Amino acid sequence: MGLLSSTASVTRYFVNGQLQEPIRETIEAGLKKFVINDIDGNPSEQAEGWTSFEHPYTPEFSNPGFMYGSTIVFSLRLDKKSVPAKLVQKYFAAESKKRLDESGRDVLSANEKKMIKDHVINLLNLKMPAIPNVYDVVWHYEKKEVWFFSNLKGANESLETLFSKSFQLNLVRRIPYTMAVNIKSLTDTQREILTKLTPPGQTS
Amino acid sequence: MLDITVAYNRYRFLGNEFLTWIWFSIENDTEPFHRCDQELTELAIGNRMVLENRLANAAETISIKGDTAGLEEGLVALRKGALVTEMNLVYQSGSLKWQFSLKGENLSFSGLKLPETGTIESEDDIEGLLLDRIYLYEKPVQFIEDLYEHFIKLRLSEQWKEQTLSIIQRWALKDA
Repeated sequence: MGLLSSTASVTRYFVNGQLQEPIRETIEAGLKKFVINDIDGNPSEQAEGWTSFEHPYTPEFSNPGFMYGSTIVFSLRLDKKSVPAKLVQKYFAAESKKRLDESGRDVLSANEKKMIKDHVINLLNLKMPAIPNVYDVVWHYEKKEVWFFSNLKGANESLETLFSKSFQLNLVRRIPYTMAVNIKSLTDTQREILTKLTPPGQTS
Repeated sequence: MLDITVAYNRYRFLGNEFLTWIWFSIENDTEPFHRCDQELTELAIGNRMVLENRLANAAETISIKGDTAGLEEGLVALRKGALVTEMNLVYQSGSLKWQFSLKGENLSFSGLKLPETGTIESEDDIEGLLLDRIYLYEKPVQFIEDLYEHFIKLRLSEQWKEQTLSIIQRWALKDA
């Protein structure tokens, strides 16, 4: 579900901090530094990184590819391989038998079993293509606001971490509390009342 | 500012109170809605509402689903002290219509359906389409932001304690 989907989920953030000038180049450098790396044909189980909105499977960041006025649009891609447990079990049994036959022993040590399992998982990960999940990001640079097109906890956590590493800016989720304290026109008295508010049935 | 996890748990009730107030306002006083969107033609409860009563010994959850579902059970739950924790809304501004769900705990949007827009006919259209889509997302997001700001100011005022709360309670009790 993304920006162009018929239905979408959106988590909104405040952006804390100031980007280094020139902005376009700073953003482009941040995106390129943490671009998604394909893990097909490689033993890694998962990968995360930025990709371009228009070409999520062949990321390319160039102007105007990600900047539309003061709005920056790109995507977060999370690639994951899911090796079925039964497949691991099958290859593990075959590999264990091979080791036992070669050594002439009846049993394998716990350490040997662990090594075989790791080997099997690596082998299967090499063959298994990763499943990509793409989540769009809309960054209203002047308004210091980001929309992330997913409410999934894991995807939001990946976004928060990667955004901070890429741009040295912190994302703060817009939740009832942060939305309230960021209302600029609140008076000091109203802010004080806000800090003392308690849920129904509780007293301060 | 509070740690975000502490703030999330401590102030989630504010989001739930906000949704409950939206429901009350839909049925009783739509003036705040028009103040936040002068082109507003409709704000209505959609096809889902979830209420939770944390005052009960064990938290009770009441879900109401369906396009034609009545909200009487929701009012009964309100009388017992429940708050709305999730709500589907139909929002119409001018001739454009949106439908979405909001969760009280984080006020994030889910199942957000936009009004129909054109399809991409060439690569050159992407920028126009994108900006159009962003505008269409902006509209309900800004409406809810403005409405929340209005609610917070009301919630922090003397008027809330002295009038609004008792009016909401009377409404919840109306057919009891």
